[in-house]
Amino acid sequence: MSLDKATVRRIATLARLDVPDSDLEPLANELSSIMGWIEQLQEVDTTSVAPMTGGTDMKLVWRVDEVTDGGKPDDVLANATDSQGAFFTVPKVVE
Amino acid sequence: MAYTLKGETGDWEVVIGLEVHAQVVSKSKLFSGASAEFGAEPNTHVSLVDAGMPGMLPVLNAHAVEQAVKSGLGMKAKINRRSVFARKNYFYADMPQGYQISQYDQPIVGEGTIVLDMPDGSTRSIGVERLHLEQDAGKSIHDLHPSKTFIDLNRSGVPLMEIVSKPDLRSPEEAGLYLKKLRSILRYLGTCDGNMEEGSMRCDANVSVRPVGSTELRTRCEIKNVNSVRFVMMAIEHEARRHIEVWESGGKVDQETRLYDPNRDETRSMRSKEMAHDYRYFPDPDLLPLELDEAFIAKIQAGLPELPDDKQQRFMRDYGLSAYDADVLVSERENALYFEDVAKGRDAKIAANWVISNLFGVLNKQGLAIADSPVSAKDLGALLDLLADNTLSGRMAKDVFEAMVETGKTPGVIVEERGLKQVTDTGAIEAAIDQVIASAPDKVAEYRGGKDKLIGWFTGQVMRATQGAASPGVVNDLLKKKLAP
Repeated sequence: MSLDKATVRRIATLARLDVPDSDLEPLANELSSIMGWIEQLQEVDTTSVAPMTGGTDMKLVWRVDEVTDGGKPDDVLANATDSQGAFFTVPKVVE
Repeated sequence: MAYTLKGETGDWEVVIGLEVHAQVVSKSKLFSGASAEFGAEPNTHVSLVDAGMPGMLPVLNAHAVEQAVKSGLGMKAKINRRSVFARKNYFYADMPQGYQISQYDQPIVGEGTIVLDMPDGSTRSIGVERLHLEQDAGKSIHDLHPSKTFIDLNRSGVPLMEIVSKPDLRSPEEAGLYLKKLRSILRYLGTCDGNMEEGSMRCDANVSVRPVGSTELRTRCEIKNVNSVRFVMMAIEHEARRHIEVWESGGKVDQETRLYDPNRDETRSMRSKEMAHDYRYFPDPDLLPLELDEAFIAKIQAGLPELPDDKQQRFMRDYGLSAYDADVLVSERENALYFEDVAKGRDAKIAANWVISNLFGVLNKQGLAIADSPVSAKDLGALLDLLADNTLSGRMAKDVFEAMVETGKTPGVIVEERGLKQVTDTGAIEAAIDQVIASAPDKVAEYRGGKDKLIGWFTGQVMRATQGAASPGVVNDLLKKKLAP
């Protein structure tokens, strides 16, 4: 399967990546070869193998419903590019 | 009577499906140990998981899972033994991960049913498509700065249940009843507090229209985040009328997300969402599939409280109430408890009448919940006892009830203070009866001649003679005896 430039442009837009036009062609080629590799994996006959989510037999871990975290707004905001008081601030987004 | 809207070309039917986001009652968030409590200082109920910091891993809150299963069982829904958390990818400033952890093609709860009691006494079964668990986003505040939006992540990661109905609803009224019934079930279960004003229950409505008689499904629009039952009903009616206008003028309804503005009673397009429909869901690689065993589900099933529908059936069976009265009494668990306190050992129909007509009337007028009722169940019961043993007539009981509402005193005290006792002393009543009989020999003759209905006239005369203080029951019994030929 090969991706065209329009599809790469759409993927980039959805991922909020600013890709110059000149990079579309090389990116399309790179992504197409990754898809090719996945297609190659699909050639393996898995009819007798039960679907699995990983190589180990693990169960999802649950936690007890208790408050064990929070109360650290300074840590939460430490990497913010912009903040005011205890809020993150971003350019105005309003309907 | 089916609900239809008149257009230029004929009558139209409305097709409605509701998506309800119900905040799970829990101490902590769905995937972190930060508090899920409402109303704290900004960004204080936030862990680094909720802030979307790189490398942070989500760990599932067991209680949120129990709450979702409990809600599913309350809607008699299928509980899926295996479900999968998926990432719903989109960018918004109040969602720092860049994706919402939700459930996609394998939700925790499958198909169920919610039964609506219609005002005409009939019932309507509305299908529930699914219930899934997901994270809430943070909160954007747009009015604190001219060019900036402020972000508070306290709500980020709070557990929500998204409950999706089938497109089975056919009128704004049905949509309103569905929301109220769903809220009632969740409140009985204690899985969501159902407070729409505070945002712990929010509703999106999918609306389309079709000519009456048609079974096609036309293009629908989704109205986002309506925050009261009344506004949901208004938004649906408005949107349906808009669709009819578009179709009848030869246009086409575009599938889109719209916002309802209750001040102007109109919906408008949310253009910014247009690009966002490609969510590229995929299973969250940080979370293994959620597997539930039979014992886990059975334990929750065993702990379910009596739900509104079952309670309503019991009230009809054990107390002889009408479906409507029973429905009114069970909609809130606290109301049902109050009624049962009043009805215990008394005439249940009379108790239901007093609770519904008199007590609820007062509470509605004063905007009070039953917990703040000026009249306790015990005092209302005592009033009904005074009515039952003929100490008070019906009219006197209403006066005493009003005084109870005003003063908060017990009926016994009010009766003493106002000297309101009904005359049940047969001697005094007999004297009054003798006088009435002696003064109207012609009427007595007519009665004895077969005009039974005159008993009412005699009762009225005796009541007047005793200034309304005589017990009508006693008067009636004595009159019949004395008038017997």
